[in-house]
Amino acid sequence: MQKILLGNEAIAQGAIDAGLSGAYGYPGTPSTEIIEYILKSKEAKQGDVKAHWATNEKVAMEEALGMSYAGKRAIVTMKHVGLNVAADAFINMAISGINGGLVVVVADDPSQHSSQNEQDSRFYGKFAMLPIFEPSNQQEAYDMMTDAFALSEKMQLPVLFRSVTRLSHSRANVTTSEKVAQNNLQILSDTKRFALIPSFAKKQYRNLIDKQKALADLAESSKWNRYHEGTNTSLGIIASGIAINYLYENFEGKVPFDVLKVSHYPLPKEKVRKMFDRVDKILVLEDGYPFIEEMISDYLGREQKVTGRLTGAIPRTGELNPNIVAVALGLEEHIAEEMPAIVAGRPPQLCPGCGHIDLYEELNELIPEIGEKRVFSDIDCYSLGVLEPYNSIDTLIDMGASIPMAKGAADAGLQPAIAVIGDSTFTHSGMTGLLSAVWDNSPVTVIISDNSAVAMTGAQPSAAMGRLYDIAKGLGVDENHIKIIIPLKKYHDKNVEIIRNEVNYPGVSLIIAQRPCVTMSNEKKDLARKFNTFEPSY
Amino acid sequence: MKKDIIIAGVGGQGILTISAILDMAALQSGYNVKQSEVHGMSQRGGAVQSHVRISDRPVYSDLIPKGKADIILSVEPMELLRYLPYLHPEGYLVTDINPFKNIANYPDEKLVQAEIAKFNHHRMIDARGLAKKAGNFRAANIVMVGAISDLLPFEEGLLKKVIADLFKRKGERIVQMNLDAFDLGKKAVIENMTV
Repeated sequence: MQKILLGNEAIAQGAIDAGLSGAYGYPGTPSTEIIEYILKSKEAKQGDVKAHWATNEKVAMEEALGMSYAGKRAIVTMKHVGLNVAADAFINMAISGINGGLVVVVADDPSQHSSQNEQDSRFYGKFAMLPIFEPSNQQEAYDMMTDAFALSEKMQLPVLFRSVTRLSHSRANVTTSEKVAQNNLQILSDTKRFALIPSFAKKQYRNLIDKQKALADLAESSKWNRYHEGTNTSLGIIASGIAINYLYENFEGKVPFDVLKVSHYPLPKEKVRKMFDRVDKILVLEDGYPFIEEMISDYLGREQKVTGRLTGAIPRTGELNPNIVAVALGLEEHIAEEMPAIVAGRPPQLCPGCGHIDLYEELNELIPEIGEKRVFSDIDCYSLGVLEPYNSIDTLIDMGASIPMAKGAADAGLQPAIAVIGDSTFTHSGMTGLLSAVWDNSPVTVIISDNSAVAMTGAQPSAAMGRLYDIAKGLGVDENHIKIIIPLKKYHDKNVEIIRNEVNYPGVSLIIAQRPCVTMSNEKKDLARKFNTFEPSY
Repeated sequence: MKKDIIIAGVGGQGILTISAILDMAALQSGYNVKQSEVHGMSQRGGAVQSHVRISDRPVYSDLIPKGKADIILSVEPMELLRYLPYLHPEGYLVTDINPFKNIANYPDEKLVQAEIAKFNHHRMIDARGLAKKAGNFRAANIVMVGAISDLLPFEEGLLKKVIADLFKRKGERIVQMNLDAFDLGKKAVIENMTV
């Protein structure tokens, strides 16, 4: 059957059709729609496929590993920076190995459309010594999932499945195939390899290294890596993932040069060697970091046979497109018109009526008396408070960084220090930072701007809903200094007063600014209000 | 047959709905489609665009190369100009004339219209006004589909069927309103009611 599927939906449908039993993830652009699709899928429901938004990426990965341990097939999904959070699990489950097939789907964001960086997850795959699949289009994204699970079970290792924004968020015709049955619950007779005390772990690490030859051989013969011999050997092109499309676009599918399409790693060495032997110069096209280019370039740059991002043939940063590839190939770039100078930038902004706006207006009123440059913040919609017209927050580094950074700055003497964090970011990785501040009785004020949703990615449910007060209390924040405010204009003066009092308190204070996200349906808002039963502190 | 269409606007203006209509019509016509869109941060009131590529041959790149778009369709006039580098010399510029001003430095509307009027193949339409006439200003995006319908490789009946299918869930009244919006957009072009 043919359907039009978003790249992420093709990945999700591919997993369902490959006998998926469990899908775990944390929302993050450009990966979010994979879990969303499985959550909505009737087939997944009928097959009793578990789909779950975990509290963070590490938790999601460990839940997926648990499903695999029990013999069933699982995927875990996240954006590229989420893999940093899950890295501990990722690296170590390469050591333990898996039981049921386990595919780690990571969506990278070249050009940083919605991210702090454009880190390339293929480095993580290599670091963990695991096979990597990198589909070049939506059909491959669908088809490769069956192979990824089969490879995972054959080698008893997780497989890293790398997408990028342009594939994840682009739709195309996809032909689906027969569904594979799910695995049965199957506990291994010997589970010691999952217990990584040094004596077992050393053996497992050796096993992983011993598997490298087989992994390389499988990639060498993989149908996803193809060598095309051209008629013109002045140039050879290695194109990984979606980069191959920009190459074909420029030649309408008929490339006169040698082409190596790479979608399955380890990099197929024999095919690369063949290209070195046949052509005069090699151009590497890859979306992300110069991963392949660096691997095959002459370190001292004496030979200069390989070109790409490192040599300036391709810009060092940003995603590829047909025009960049045309320039690198020395082809004519068609540009009809320039953008007129009158066109103004239109950055994203907080929605009209958003509760974060009211909170920032309250905070801004206090900044002259509190002092500037001491509001440490975090990641989600409220991050937009760093822009005009608010300029209310000063930092955004990684999920959960606000509270520990405020504590560290307060330790340095920057007092008072304030952290502004969202509800879901707080349960993702803010809680341990708060406990650390409580433990040390640091003079920080934590404001949780609670909209009962993971808002930026499309208002997914937040694990924090209705639990924030109890969590703060449980982590040891003095109940006299846990306040609940409602960020609405009519409470402006009261809220300013509450924030002022708590900022002046020389220990940990915590303010929950509670109002459901304006983009949520009335049904979801009502649900949030039902959960948020604690009375405001007026 | 190949049509490369850029659809532009501001997050929340119904760009993805236009894209979905074109996708479905292409699928039902047996064409190949690639359609790249924007999710995430920019959807919050920022500039967003969708690249829709329809062909009877394989479509490779998810992105339209610069200088190759057959149509730039915008539901906001300044956003149309943002994508001019993608316009094919013979391509069409089609836009709703009603500005969406959520930024302080929005340019003079007359200058924006003058830039668009420099091009022979332009259609400036009061889509918001026509949508209101059909029943709800939110249907301005469907008016715009009507306004490019003669440039698309689809029968009118197919486009209307896809629109009807898309809004079926919301009831007969909403379906009819959107079909009216489509007709008004189409009529505006035929009768040269462009601004």
